[in-house]
Amino acid sequence: MVSLSDYLILAAALFAIGIVGVFLNRKNLVVLLMAIELILLAVNINFIAFSHYLWGLSGQVFVFFILTVAAAESAIGLAILIVLFRNRRTINVDDFDTLRG
Amino acid sequence: MTFESLVFYFFSAVLLWSAAMVVTIRNPVKAALFLVLAFVSAASLWMLVEAEFLAIVLVLVYVGAVMVLFLFVVMMIDVNLAELRQGFGDYLPLGGLVAVLMVVEMAIAVGPAQFGLHKVPIPAALGSHYSNTRALGDLLYTVYVYPFEIAAVILLVAIIAAIALTMRRRPDTKYQNPAHQVNVQARDRLRIIKMPTEHKS
Amino acid sequence: MPSSTALYLAIPLACLLGSLITGLLGSRLGNKWSHRIPILGVGVAFALSAGFALPRVLKGLWLNTTLYTWGHVAHVPLVIGFLIDPLTVTMMVVVTFVSLMVHIYTIGYMKDDPGYRRFFSYISLFTFAMLMLVMANNFLQLFFGWEAVGLVSYLLIGFWYTRESAIFANLKAFLVNRVGDFGFVLGIAAIFSVFHSLDYATVFAHAHELGARVFPIAGGVSWRAITVICILLFIGAMGKSAQMPLHVWLPDSMEGPTPISALIHAATMVTAGIFMVARMSPLFELSPVARSVILVVGGSTAFFMALLALVQTDIKRVIAYSTLSQLGYMTVALGASAYAAAIFHLVTHAFFKALLFLAAGSVIIALHHEQDMRKMGGLRRYMPVTFVTTWIGALALAGIPPLAGFFSKDAIIDAVSRSTLPGADYAFATVLAGVFLTAFYTFRMVFMVFYGEPRMDAHARHHLHESPWVVTMPLVLLAIPSVLAGMVLMRPLLFGPFFSGSIFVLPADNALARMAPHFHGVMAFIGASFVSPPLYLALSGMAMAWYMYIYRPTIPALLVKRLHGVYEILCHKYGFDEIYIDGFAAGARALGRFLWKIGDIQLIDGVMVNGTARMIGRLARLGRRLQSGYIYHYAFAVILGLFVLMTFFLHHI
Repeated sequence: MVSLSDYLILAAALFAIGIVGVFLNRKNLVVLLMAIELILLAVNINFIAFSHYLWGLSGQVFVFFILTVAAAESAIGLAILIVLFRNRRTINVDDFDTLRG
Repeated sequence: MTFESLVFYFFSAVLLWSAAMVVTIRNPVKAALFLVLAFVSAASLWMLVEAEFLAIVLVLVYVGAVMVLFLFVVMMIDVNLAELRQGFGDYLPLGGLVAVLMVVEMAIAVGPAQFGLHKVPIPAALGSHYSNTRALGDLLYTVYVYPFEIAAVILLVAIIAAIALTMRRRPDTKYQNPAHQVNVQARDRLRIIKMPTEHKS
Repeated sequence: MPSSTALYLAIPLACLLGSLITGLLGSRLGNKWSHRIPILGVGVAFALSAGFALPRVLKGLWLNTTLYTWGHVAHVPLVIGFLIDPLTVTMMVVVTFVSLMVHIYTIGYMKDDPGYRRFFSYISLFTFAMLMLVMANNFLQLFFGWEAVGLVSYLLIGFWYTRESAIFANLKAFLVNRVGDFGFVLGIAAIFSVFHSLDYATVFAHAHELGARVFPIAGGVSWRAITVICILLFIGAMGKSAQMPLHVWLPDSMEGPTPISALIHAATMVTAGIFMVARMSPLFELSPVARSVILVVGGSTAFFMALLALVQTDIKRVIAYSTLSQLGYMTVALGASAYAAAIFHLVTHAFFKALLFLAAGSVIIALHHEQDMRKMGGLRRYMPVTFVTTWIGALALAGIPPLAGFFSKDAIIDAVSRSTLPGADYAFATVLAGVFLTAFYTFRMVFMVFYGEPRMDAHARHHLHESPWVVTMPLVLLAIPSVLAGMVLMRPLLFGPFFSGSIFVLPADNALARMAPHFHGVMAFIGASFVSPPLYLALSGMAMAWYMYIYRPTIPALLVKRLHGVYEILCHKYGFDEIYIDGFAAGARALGRFLWKIGDIQLIDGVMVNGTARMIGRLARLGRRLQSGYIYHYAFAVILGLFVLMTFFLHHI
């Protein structure tokens, strides 16, 4: 039978992969955003697993909000990325060091 | 091993594999596609724990909208991949070490000793009359109605922000200004000229 | 306030007013009124001192009153008050008289000086300060007057402030006086800590009871409090009265105008130390140790400074060293408990030394500010008044009867011979030798200036003439007391009851009382001197001067050649200046430079101020590394924090 700890360990592994993604793709902004999506997904898995095993829907409501905010974040993040690319012709994070547009 | 376990381990494996591919693969387009696969696997796992609504939302919203957005962006911008891959493996040993340590520690923290079946038993299945969507809706529109509305505002802001950020006016393109069109008055367009009649001679 | 007190108050205030009016409004008043007003002020002060204060005191109407309380410290009132007793009155009369003479004289001496008004303002201010000093009835006011005369002295020594040497001299005077004043302040502080009072009467009344207390000095050694107090006070007197080894400022102070040399550096201010010790006689009487110190210091000053006067060629410096020597005599008298004799000598000395200075000034005017005796000579034909008055002053200084100096000096020598304190024998020998030296250098000066062939250049000789009446009148007026003061004052001052009550002497120490039975009037005193050595020493000094500077003028040069080593030592004034300037001053400067370079620039500026900034800079440079701007750095930091926290909780739950 699948226990709660299985889900939690799965989420931990997913989280760790997301972190490694941040380290590995430290230059590519798009993949960075994707790694962040992975980390968020790990968190969501945790919420839903707890919600299921501990009899509470609030966890799922939380996931709902996280999805909302994550979607907003992705949208804005990608918009910023496009603006940056338009101005600098690159999405290399190392080049974004002037704090200017 | 029950069917549930089988399903869980299968989708877990797919999820972890696809996640690993997301962060390691060269091509961002493929990375985005692997991310889609990861989301779908996650949605399947959520189905397994009776979070049907969120599973559907994940697929519809994330896969259908956000990931498509990602794909669009990745395809739109002309990325110099070689430059971005430069020094890719530099941090792999350190990152890998940290990741392994994290996983080990978290596994100890949340392992079967704390959250095993004997601590947290599997809840009873909720019969066919139970609707996850209805239950969530009951909760969202009553207890969480304010956060719900705030979330809506956040989304609105995100829409406006995304549009405001990315929209640009090209000076050489011709476009209509609806405000001007609406604002226009008759006398701006129409000139009434009085002139004496002419007689044909 | 009773009207008598108001009149006493008017004495110093008249001088202060004169000074303020001249000093602040001088440019509007013009030169004429600038000297009239201060002279009027000092004249009023003199008239009140001699015509009002003196008779009252003689009638026995003393005054000890507090005029104004200007503060409290630890329940001890800080007051301005007057103590008018015979000692005070004596000083007041002398100070105002000499000051008046100097004021008048200054009209002639400073006639063409651009600082004319400033000068009058200063000397009036000085008179005020000196009067406040002598009239004080508490230590604080004494100290005020003490410092005020020091200040005016500083201002006047550097009066010609464009001269390098004057600036050096006034700085030197100020610094050397600082050393003495430091002792003086410590002495006053010691008195305050022992008696918890600054009032003379209170302190003197309790001197006996509390004087037995001891002060821990250092390393477990303790001294009697009274001895500590007396020696500290005497250090102050050493500074102000220019006793060895704090004498170095006085010869240099001759850089000031001559009237100042007469007023401050001969007649009044330098006697403040003598006056102070006499005033503190109830304290000094209780400390034989302190008096022994005084005897030795005074004797040394009297003898060694007289020796220096032998080799000086600057006329004013000769008189300056003579002043030092005479102050040594007074100090010796103090040490021998003959306070009255000290004051007596102070009075007579004030007259004849002021006379000598003013006469020297007169010569200097005539020679257009030439002070080198080697460029004088034969002046007696040109300046009869100055010549005669100088003779009188010289005879008085040398101690030839029946002039003033004879009586006071013989009284001192007599008193010292009767003292039984340790050091008295030494002091006796030095003052006796000093008599010979005094006569010798005094007449050396007289002979070099007024006799022999004129050695000035032709142009100066052509313009030689006697000084105007404003110069000669004070000379004459000072010559009169120089002749008479000794005869008139000796009996009342020394052997009469005049000072009883204001000067306290233990019966066991009272040399003057033991002399009294042998005193049978002034004439008998003169007669007695013919069978005692001092007179013959003085006469032989005169004869020797005559022999060496008139009869055989080649001898001095020969002596210089023969006794070259001694001559060099004397010319270098025993090397005091070298020790002070190259030793203490240079050492202090080296220390200061060390503290500046190492302490200030390197430690404070370098390490503390700039070091702090540099350290902040370094820290910031380190901190900037943390803020790299790379997301993965921050992510790594987050993970690290998470890792640490999880490790922590895993091991503690």
